[in-house]
Amino acid sequence: MASSSTPKYNSNSLENSIKRTLKDGTNWEQNEEIPRLPGETRVTDKDVIYMCPFNGPVKGRVYITNYRLYLRSVETDPVVVLNVPLGVISRIEKMGGASSRGENSYGLDITCKDMRNLRFALKQEGHSRRDIFEVLTKHAFPQSHNLPFFAFANEEKFSENGWMVYNPMCEYRRQGLPNERWRVTFINEHYGLCDTYPSLLVVPYNATDDDLKKVAAFRSRNRIPVLSWIHPENQAVIMRCSQPLVGMSGKRNKDDERYLDVIREANGQISKLTIYDARPNVNAVANKATGGGYESEDAYPNAELFFLDIHNIHVMRESLKKLKDIVYPNVEESHWLSSLESTHWLEHIKLVLTGAIQVADKVSSGRSSVLVHCSDGWDRTAQLTSLAMLMLDSYYRTIEGFEVLVQKEWISFGHKFASRIGHGDKNHADADRSPIFLQYIDCVWQMSKQFPTAFEFNEQFLITILDHLYSCRFGTFLYNSEFVREKEKVTEKTLSLWSLINSEKSKFTNPFYTKELNRALYPVASMRHLELWVNYYIRWNPRIRQQQPNPVEQRYMELLALRDDYMRRLEELQITNNSKIPNSSASSASPSQMMSHVQTHF
Amino acid sequence: EIHIKEPIEKEVNPRLLPGELLLCEANMVYKYIQEDGSNRGTYGKLICTNFKISFLDEDSASDDNEPQFKNKIIGENDITLQCVDQIYGVYDEKKKLLTGQLRKYPDKLIIYCKDLRVFHFCLRYTKEEEVKRIVSGIVHHSQTPKLLKRLFLFSYASAAPNNTDGRNQTVMFDTLEDWRDELERTKGNVKYKAVVTNEGYRVSEKLPLYFVVPICVSEENILKFQGRGIPIWCWSCHNGAALLKMSTFPKEQDDNTSQMQKAFLDGIYRTISNPPYELLKTEDLSSSLPSLQDIQTAYTRFKQLFLIDNSTDFWATDVKWFSLLESTNWLEIIRRFLKKAIEVAECLERQHSNVLLIEESATDLCCVISSLVQVMMDSYSRTKSGFQSLIQKEWVTGGHSFLDRCNHLHKNDKEEAPVFLLLLNCVWQLVQQYPPAFEFTETYLTVLSDSLYVPIFSTFFFNSQHQKDTNMTAESLKTQSGPFRFLTVWDWSVQFEPKAQALLSNPLYAEKPKPDKSQRKTTRFKHQRQLSLPLTQTKSSPKRGFFREETDHLIKNILGKRIGKFIINSSDEPHNSFREFYDSWHSKPVDYHGLLLPSIDGPEIKVWAQRYLRWIPEAQLPGGGTIATAAKILDLMEEVQSLQVKMDEEHSQAVSRDVQAVPMLRNSARLSSLFPFALLQRQSVKPALPTSTWKDLEDEDDLVKRDDEFVDLSGDMS
Repeated sequence: MASSSTPKYNSNSLENSIKRTLKDGTNWEQNEEIPRLPGETRVTDKDVIYMCPFNGPVKGRVYITNYRLYLRSVETDPVVVLNVPLGVISRIEKMGGASSRGENSYGLDITCKDMRNLRFALKQEGHSRRDIFEVLTKHAFPQSHNLPFFAFANEEKFSENGWMVYNPMCEYRRQGLPNERWRVTFINEHYGLCDTYPSLLVVPYNATDDDLKKVAAFRSRNRIPVLSWIHPENQAVIMRCSQPLVGMSGKRNKDDERYLDVIREANGQISKLTIYDARPNVNAVANKATGGGYESEDAYPNAELFFLDIHNIHVMRESLKKLKDIVYPNVEESHWLSSLESTHWLEHIKLVLTGAIQVADKVSSGRSSVLVHCSDGWDRTAQLTSLAMLMLDSYYRTIEGFEVLVQKEWISFGHKFASRIGHGDKNHADADRSPIFLQYIDCVWQMSKQFPTAFEFNEQFLITILDHLYSCRFGTFLYNSEFVREKEKVTEKTLSLWSLINSEKSKFTNPFYTKELNRALYPVASMRHLELWVNYYIRWNPRIRQQQPNPVEQRYMELLALRDDYMRRLEELQITNNSKIPNSSASSASPSQMMSHVQTHF
Repeated sequence: EIHIKEPIEKEVNPRLLPGELLLCEANMVYKYIQEDGSNRGTYGKLICTNFKISFLDEDSASDDNEPQFKNKIIGENDITLQCVDQIYGVYDEKKKLLTGQLRKYPDKLIIYCKDLRVFHFCLRYTKEEEVKRIVSGIVHHSQTPKLLKRLFLFSYASAAPNNTDGRNQTVMFDTLEDWRDELERTKGNVKYKAVVTNEGYRVSEKLPLYFVVPICVSEENILKFQGRGIPIWCWSCHNGAALLKMSTFPKEQDDNTSQMQKAFLDGIYRTISNPPYELLKTEDLSSSLPSLQDIQTAYTRFKQLFLIDNSTDFWATDVKWFSLLESTNWLEIIRRFLKKAIEVAECLERQHSNVLLIEESATDLCCVISSLVQVMMDSYSRTKSGFQSLIQKEWVTGGHSFLDRCNHLHKNDKEEAPVFLLLLNCVWQLVQQYPPAFEFTETYLTVLSDSLYVPIFSTFFFNSQHQKDTNMTAESLKTQSGPFRFLTVWDWSVQFEPKAQALLSNPLYAEKPKPDKSQRKTTRFKHQRQLSLPLTQTKSSPKRGFFREETDHLIKNILGKRIGKFIINSSDEPHNSFREFYDSWHSKPVDYHGLLLPSIDGPEIKVWAQRYLRWIPEAQLPGGGTIATAAKILDLMEEVQSLQVKMDEEHSQAVSRDVQAVPMLRNSARLSSLFPFALLQRQSVKPALPTSTWKDLEDEDDLVKRDDEFVDLSGDMS
């Protein structure tokens, strides 16, 4: 209320500057109100009608740069703004033809990767949409037009350098590696052993590089079992790899069998090595037909194999599609719960979490080291190892620790971000696309929801990661492997997302975070506790309330400020009292006044 | 197999309340700890009194690990007779419901409680005689029809004369002054008056002694049909529009009578649709809301989902959890009541019209809607004493038949319906959507719901004020030893120590800033919301004027025609006006002291986890849940307060410097999400793992079978 009565001529107010530009609508060309990143260039702009699914048609002007699509409404109060990085665009379609009748039936329909669609109506005269369609297609899908990602043009400056966050050697050293049982090998330095693995690997001390080469021959895409994490106390480890190449004939490989035994013995355990195959049993069997398979009991008598029943990338993609159908644009009114159930989205989340809990518990109980794989070991495997690590190692629950975790288990170990997301690629129906990383972040969110004091980062942190998973503003998630990233000189030519985040950490910090060392954190993978991440999946819907800032958090921040203020004043008081030792009771503000101040708060 | 811990024959004495009598007991009863498949548990004595069933744990005497949140009346192993929901006997692994006479006695007894606890007692090691006595005793005293006078309420009240006033700021609405004050508080006194017509219950035994009606309604009218067909005032909105309720006439066979009733109603409507009264909208709740039977059926199914025998049960129902939840219809019922309350609020707030809630008795659905509307529109109802006064006004004095609806006496199962629980479930939705808006916590609502089954308070154990008054008078004559007075549930000190009571108050709540005295002349405190509402609000007044003229005109000319026709039934209103009101409110920032509308979209209506999941070990989050953040806030508040004390000491140069340390911080990481109810002592370090997760994705068979990548790996090997 107060703001509306402030004088209109306050030129600093953003609100007023918008109003001013609205008044002289002819001056669009000089308009500098459009946010622009250093390195971002204007391409075109056009009058359109934004077909808002919530508030109906909105007249506005759309601006296209090499990074974003920006729309601002005209003649509306409040001003409607759309700010969409072109990277989130999955598909652009023309709707209606030149002869289409009916109001606003001619224009563009844009499908986004972040759970929304955008629809713009254009004037039918003079093929007005052809230019904008072409410009959009070119800049939204640069890879299909031999253009570089915006990340390579981005000239932003940050106080922190996110590329410094992850140094594999430092991370392994933090885990106490190498030690007398585990060694660091540089066998993959030039990606000769495995082109989807990082250059630096940790393997059993008792396995020679020659052994590794032999094992590689028996593992899909040479993704041999390597160490992800070691328990600081019981020395049990989490290993990751791809499926063994057993095939229809049930092939065996002595080197692989021996290698797994060496792993089993490395923590001095007598019991069996536990192998978690993330796939459903039937799929693992079916994989034999294409040369894959799983570790049989005969060949690996010292290992115990469990299937975790997590489905493949196609099932997950379909599930998310169904989820979008029930939340966008309108939230399913009747039968919300059964609709949600029929998407299976939370059921998949439950299975992934359940699998990760099993992995973590096995390692933590100290009875056994575990080996995790799926088919290729870059989707479900990454989900499981990184979630188990998050449960077991509180370091990964800090902002920097989580960045390291993503950088290590996902980026360096070759989760195929380029294929799964389809960065800058126009082929929207590509069967390689799948929301595996989104599903992982959802699992993390579920954990943070169940344990609101256990994570240093907040919900905004997770949402920001997902936004830039698509935006192509940073090099972080570009390309499929470290090998390609090195070739494209990503760290030299682009910025890291962690630079943005670490430069304004307070924005992403959970005030309730309580540091706790060495506490295993097991979420409850029950539908009673899992919920749909409304603030992410339904965030475009204005009807869904998003309490920003969260009132509980706000209250806590107020109290923190009050405490700090009191502590400072108390210190001052103590100093004054100590300096004039005997009589000072008459000095300074009355204590009762402060007392009443606090009480009104409570 | 049982890990037999040698039972020690040790006399454990039951802790009995004044007036409580031991009826039967059995020794060597083995109580299972409901945690896993293992048969872990403890031996003890199972007793049944005229108040409760109680398991006396042999270890409990030595247990000095006092929980922070303890009920002084009902211990961890106590079940009041009214709290028993169902009793099952297990005969050779088969469960059988126990109701009346028993021929065979079971090996195991399972007691399901209305507060959702589940007890498993093994009777295999108990003497046969004792088994017979305890099982038939428990079944008889908790499951068979009972006389009102046999409720523990009466023995307790006569054995423990209560001299405490127990009012603690809660307005009981049993005096004329209480009603007059309420009229004044809501500025309803211009057009409405409190009447004494029902003194001596001349009008009706269902109506309270005092109530409020429009000024123009005469005593004669009130008396004519025992108060039926009379608009009774609930509350006045800041803009003068009022919320009214009315009980309808029973279905009449006789044409003459029904003609008379119709004419009477027409007269009443005519009077109160005229100036100074606002446009009147009627809301026939029995036609626009689920029936009592629907509510009862839904809740019966719903609660069953939480009365879980073991871990296998828990995970078996987890796979289809959402559709199971939906099939109970309970959440949908909550949604529909919230939606109706929003509709009523829209009429009052935006259209400035009076709303008349109509229901046969006006004491069930009316109570839910009128209470919800007040919680949403009157921030006073969101304070603890305001909420309690509201319950007194609409429910206790208002004549909700608690005794019948809770089926406390097991007289008639058909009358049972959890109407009051429905209100608490609806209010909980608001509490969790707007944490800073309420002075009380969800824990408060949970213990209030538990108190429905504690028969030492009169609050929830009578059908009407009349029933309570007459019984109280009779008892007073009998005892003759000082004043006979029942306890009220609002005296929380009866159940909880101050430390536990602290958990009932919301640390996030900020009191409404007191309006500056100098500004008092501006008559009404305008809510922020109200100011920000769309302009259509002003348009409604000419419409109203027009309507009135039209009404007068019609009455003059076509007298006798059914007046109901030109009274707008708000359910006929276009859906848009609701949606517009709802959307426009939700697009503005929330004023926690102003109008509060619940979000009712699918994902926003949730299960009240604290109440329903609190005893289920599998659902426990050690160190997690909302309690984790709440505990941090409480810690910080304590710290701030102690700093304050220190500062005061510095000011006064007190000697005792340094002595006062920061109070011991709660270790929030160690609290369970089930806090403050179930205790963590039984917690194992093992994570809870689903035992049945696999479900076929029938419809996606082709996808399921596909490989992630279409690469034939066998080629690599040749």
